[in-house]
Amino acid sequence: MGTITLKQVTKSFGDTQVIPPLDLQINDGEFVVFVGPSGCGKSTLLRLIAGLEDVTSGHIEIDGADATNIPPSKRGLSMVFQSYALYPHMSVRKNIAFPLKMAGIEPEIAKKKVEDAAQVLNLTDYLERRPGQLSGGQRQRVAIGRAIVREPEAFLFDEPLSNLDAALRVNMRLEISELHQELATTMIYVTHDQVEAMTMADKIVVLQAGVIEQVGSPLELYSSPANRFVAGFIGSPKMNFIEGETAAKYDAHAIGVRPEHFILSNKQTKDGWEGKVEVSEHLGSDTFFHINAGKQGVLTVRAIGEYALRHGDACWVKPDEDRIHRFDAAGLTLGS
Amino acid sequence: MATQNSRSAARLMLAPAVILLLGWMLVPLTMTLWFSFRKYLPLRGGDQGWVGLDNYVRFVSSSSFWPSVQTTLIIVGGVLVITVVFGVLLALLLDQPMWGQGIVRILVIAPFFVMPTVSALVWKNIFMDPVNGLFAHLWKFFGATPIEWLSQASIQSIVMIVSWQWLPFATLILLTAVQSLDGDQLEASEMDGAKPLQRFGYIILPHLARAITIVVLIQTIFLLSIFAEIFVTTGGAFGTKTLTYLIFQRVLESQNIGLGSAGGIYAVILANIVAIFLMRIVGKNLDA
Repeated sequence: MGTITLKQVTKSFGDTQVIPPLDLQINDGEFVVFVGPSGCGKSTLLRLIAGLEDVTSGHIEIDGADATNIPPSKRGLSMVFQSYALYPHMSVRKNIAFPLKMAGIEPEIAKKKVEDAAQVLNLTDYLERRPGQLSGGQRQRVAIGRAIVREPEAFLFDEPLSNLDAALRVNMRLEISELHQELATTMIYVTHDQVEAMTMADKIVVLQAGVIEQVGSPLELYSSPANRFVAGFIGSPKMNFIEGETAAKYDAHAIGVRPEHFILSNKQTKDGWEGKVEVSEHLGSDTFFHINAGKQGVLTVRAIGEYALRHGDACWVKPDEDRIHRFDAAGLTLGS
Repeated sequence: MATQNSRSAARLMLAPAVILLLGWMLVPLTMTLWFSFRKYLPLRGGDQGWVGLDNYVRFVSSSSFWPSVQTTLIIVGGVLVITVVFGVLLALLLDQPMWGQGIVRILVIAPFFVMPTVSALVWKNIFMDPVNGLFAHLWKFFGATPIEWLSQASIQSIVMIVSWQWLPFATLILLTAVQSLDGDQLEASEMDGAKPLQRFGYIILPHLARAITIVVLIQTIFLLSIFAEIFVTTGGAFGTKTLTYLIFQRVLESQNIGLGSAGGIYAVILANIVAIFLMRIVGKNLDA
C-alpha cells in the first residue's frame, strides 16, 4: 500500500546542498506533516518524493520498490499544489477527469468516478463551471478532487491552505482531516504553519535547513521536544527561553517554559519572579500578557479567560516546575 | 475621472485627438468613395463627371478581379499558417534554457527590423536568383536543376518572403505567452500522467489560444495590404497580383482613378468580410 521510505536522500542545486543525507519512514495510512520555517527544504523534499526533482544521491522506496528513477506519473502519487494548478480552460468536470483520461480509462467509468468525487467534495453543482468562476475554497476542492480520482498510494499536499483566508483555512483543515479518515490513504502534507501541523498530523517531521530536527506525534513534540528549535517552533505563542543566572539554578544553559505553564498572580508570592505588564492581548477565551520580568527578560504568559491586569501593573509569575524544559549550550534537551 | 466636472474636462481635452484621427480616416475614405462614382482619367481628359456604378461593374467584370482576390487570400492564409505553426515551435524552443539565449532571441527578432522592400530584394537577388542565388547553388550541389523561384513558384516564394518577415512578430508574442504559463500546471499534468505531446495539446496550446488569436488578427490586417514584396519581385506577374496590386495598376498604370477607387472600396469590403469571419472563429477566445 502506501509506505514510503527515504534512504540517505540528498539534494543539491549546483554546489549548494539543500538536503543533507536524510532517512525517513512513512507508514501506510499515516498523515505525515513536514513543518519548518520557509526555505527549510520541506517543499523540495516533497517534490523529491513526487519525482518532480531528481535526488542527487540516495534512494526513495514506495511500497518497498525502488522508485528513485521512476517518472512522477508512474509513482502512483497525487499532488495538490499551493497554487492549485487547475487547468483554466477546462471545466471542473474535465479538470477532475484529466488524470483518468490520461490513464486511458473508459469515459463511462471515468464519469462515474468524477461524479463520486464531486459528491464527496460538494462540487456537484459546479461541475460545468470553469476554475476562474470558483472561489478559493472551491478551487482547492477541485484540486483535491483531481487528486483523489486516481486512487493514489499517497497524497502529497504542498502548502494547500496558504492562499485561503483564515476562516476558510480552518474549514478546509477539517475537511482534509475528514477525507483522511474516510480514505485512510497515506498523506504527506507540507506547511509552515505549526497549528496545521499540530491539528492534522499523526506524525510531524520538523525540518530546519534540510535536516530533520525531530519526528514524532504532535503531543510528543509538544511535551518532549528534542531541542530548542523544536521547542520554539511547536506551540503558540512561542515558548519562553530564559538564559543566564536563572537557568544556571536549574543546572542548564537555558530553560524553556511555555506561556501556558506559568502561574500568574497579582499578589507577591514567595518564589515568583516579579514583573511589569507591558502589553495584554485579550482573546476572550484566553489573555496573553507580555511581562517584563527584569533579568528573566520579556515573558509571554497565558491566563485563562479574563484577567484584570493592565499595562504597567506589577505581577508575579512562577513557572510550573514539572513543565520546565532544560537545554544545554548546543540547544539539545537535557534529560531530567 | 469620477466627477461630472472631470468627465467633461476629459472630453474637452480628448477632443482634438479624436477629431484629428477621425478626419485622418474619414477624408481619404470619402474621397475614395467620391472618385469611385466618377470617370476620372488624369492624362486623358481629367474629371469627366458622374458615371454611377460603372466603375464598380467594370472592376468586378475584369478578368483579373477574381484571380486577384484568390491570390490575396492564398498569400494571407499561407503566411498565417506558416507564422503561427513555426511561431509556436520557435517560442517553445526559445523558452528552453540554453547557452547564448539572449543573442539567439535578438537574432530571431532581427528580420522584423528589415524594411519589406529591402528584405524582398535580398531574397530575390541573394537567395532566389536562378543563376547566382544561394538556392541555385544548393540545388546544383546536389545535382538538381535550380528552380526559377519567382516565375515557377511565384506565390510560394512570396509567401516564403512575407512569412520570414512576420515570423519574428508571431514568435515574440507567442514567446511571452509561453513564458506566462504557470509552471505548476505543467507539473500537475505531468503528475496526472500526461506525456509531452499531451501536455502540449491539453495545456500549452489552449494557453496560447489567446495569443494566437491576437497574432492572427493583427497579421491579417497588415497582410491584406502587402505591396512592396510583390512590386520588387514579380511586379504582379506569374499570378501574384493581389487586390492591392490590382488597384495600384488601375490607378497608376492605367491612369484610371475612378476604377482604382472602386477597387479600393471592394478591398475595404473584403477586409471587413475577412475580419468578421476571423472574429467569429477566433474572437470567442478573447472572451474567456
